[in-house]
Amino acid sequence: MMLMLHSLPFLWQGLLVTLHVSALVVVISLVLGVVLGVGLSFGPWWVVWPVRLYSDMIRGLPLLVLIYSVYYMLPLTGWSVPSFWAAVSALAAFQTAHVIEVTRGAVQSIPHGQHEAGKAIGLGFGQRMIYVVMPQALRRFLPPWINTVVSTVQGSALVSLVGIVDLMFSIQQVIGRTFKPMPLYILGALIYFAINYALSLTSRALEARFAYIRE
Amino acid sequence: MPISVSDDPSTNPLVKVRQLTKAFGINQVLKGVDLDVPKGSVVSIIGASGSGKTTLLRCVNLLESYDGGSIQVDGIEVGYRAGGTPRSERELARIRADIGMVFQLFNLFPHLTATENVMLGLRKVRRMAKAEARATAEHWLARVGLDDKLNSLPIELSGGQQQRVGIARAVAMNPKVLLLDEITSALDPELVGEVLKVVRSLAEDGVTMILVTHEMSFARDVSSRVVFMDGGKVAVQGTSREVFGALAQHERLRNFLARIELKEV
Amino acid sequence: MNYHLNYYFIWKYFGRLGWGLVVSLELAIVSILIGCLIGLTLAVVSHGARRPVRILVGAYVEFVRNVPLLLLVYLVFYGIPSVGGFAYSATTSFVMTLSLYAGAYLVEVFRAGLAAIPKGLIDAGRAIGLTPWQRVLYVRLPSMFRIVLPSLGNAFISLFKDTSLATVLAVPELTFGANWIYTNTFRIVEVYTVVAPMYLITGFVLLFGLRRLEHRFAIRRR
Repeated sequence: MMLMLHSLPFLWQGLLVTLHVSALVVVISLVLGVVLGVGLSFGPWWVVWPVRLYSDMIRGLPLLVLIYSVYYMLPLTGWSVPSFWAAVSALAAFQTAHVIEVTRGAVQSIPHGQHEAGKAIGLGFGQRMIYVVMPQALRRFLPPWINTVVSTVQGSALVSLVGIVDLMFSIQQVIGRTFKPMPLYILGALIYFAINYALSLTSRALEARFAYIRE
Repeated sequence: MPISVSDDPSTNPLVKVRQLTKAFGINQVLKGVDLDVPKGSVVSIIGASGSGKTTLLRCVNLLESYDGGSIQVDGIEVGYRAGGTPRSERELARIRADIGMVFQLFNLFPHLTATENVMLGLRKVRRMAKAEARATAEHWLARVGLDDKLNSLPIELSGGQQQRVGIARAVAMNPKVLLLDEITSALDPELVGEVLKVVRSLAEDGVTMILVTHEMSFARDVSSRVVFMDGGKVAVQGTSREVFGALAQHERLRNFLARIELKEV
Repeated sequence: MNYHLNYYFIWKYFGRLGWGLVVSLELAIVSILIGCLIGLTLAVVSHGARRPVRILVGAYVEFVRNVPLLLLVYLVFYGIPSVGGFAYSATTSFVMTLSLYAGAYLVEVFRAGLAAIPKGLIDAGRAIGLTPWQRVLYVRLPSMFRIVLPSLGNAFISLFKDTSLATVLAVPELTFGANWIYTNTFRIVEVYTVVAPMYLITGFVLLFGLRRLEHRFAIRRR
């Protein structure tokens, strides 16, 4: 128990890296994912096919394989990318595919009748998107999207395997010095748990709050 | 060949449908429909499912495109420009602003209150100022009997109330013609009356309407003209008395009405 | 870029990849089976049970779902033996971890599945005189199976991808095989251009099989 308390400062730096990585990945995947997701739902075939292909292929791979591939192959292209950015790119590519799916699901779940009602009162395509589709899609988007944020934090633990000194890596370092794995693992689990559980609860609260949208 | 018993001396009808054809894939749903809707009249379209009546209605405001023939609303060809090219989405939006539609499944915007539902078209299409739009919306909601539900969300309203909001939303836009697509079919029986009452009152005010309905007694009472569709064409049309009363000569119409009346005791 | 593709080594060591894939599938299958046992048992137990029981089950589910799988893998393999004094093989450890992971997810699936059984079916069972146990066997379980089949299938495919984490314990599955070949030949591009499609194709085949199974069994909800 005392050990757990003493190791906290050593874990702190790692935690910051974990949060840093997660935040970067969340932002990048959010922007790219939503844009591509909307393109997938409403765009012409030359947007739909590549995005579809990308999303299906990336989601069909284990995250670890993706991280290893990017991490080891990137240097070969001549780009000397620091390992931090290689890992972030891999994780971001993975999450973007998921955000694309969440966006597509949210937008395509709007019942057809809503589009028709918008058309019937004379709204153009852009107006329908802004005033009818997006407000409803947002409410369907948020809860599952928060789940992708949770999976980002989970996935960030894998960057420890390519040498990024995140929370997971720091835990291993402390264990390497103290030879007492269990307290550290428990402590680490609690930290990850605190972050993710808070996010999960938010997601569930939002889902309940927006239930009136589902008819 | 449409059988028409009485030929009304029609002044230029508000809605003119000529030789309308429409197919869904290999299924020819409309096989040459002719229809006139004079201004201020209420036209009910009746017929069995699959007769094409809903498709016909949805063609009038271009929710469905049509393959051949013509639909003119107030002199404007709805689906195609003068040269014969199909209209763009933007042109269609402008045309649809003058045609109102009320849906069987209401299709209210669930994230907006009743008032906001009605105001959306007024503000974004008619470009009214917020205060004016709100006043208009509240006026129409009161007119359909919902002045105590102005700030309610659709999920808080009964089916009949939701449908009345749908009517207010369509009528507030001051459309040239109102299209009503089986608006009571999805309602519990005890809620049908309140909706029909609103429609009747609008008819009395002279709103031009095209109704697709299964409510035969309502169609009989409220309509100036009734159109019976069968197999993608207009089989019988005339005033409601003609169609429901003396026109027992038309076999399929008789069968259809017999089936309906049996249920509607 | 001075890199010359040379697939010789891949074919030479393909056994590690081929058998690695088999091991991955085995890990996934065993884990989903045990996971189903755990999930179904806990779902039944917590259905209508007293509050403390439901809280306990809930705690298990929340803990496993909110902690990274990697940490769980380490915890079970390194952490528990260090306090328990006993030891087990890497494979055993990983299967236990993955089963617990699957179980936590499946508790929710089964709980939802049980709740989704139309009440009318159970009434019909009573009406024809089935005993409670017979109703469980002949009405509840078959209905629930059809309802949860899609979720189960998706969980399995997910689990198959999660087996890649067994690499860290040196379990000879597909990703470990890939890394082994890389460490010994440095042929990274060749390795991953073979391994990635292996995962993808297996995934698609599983997905296809799942859809066929669903068509055969699942209840179509209008």
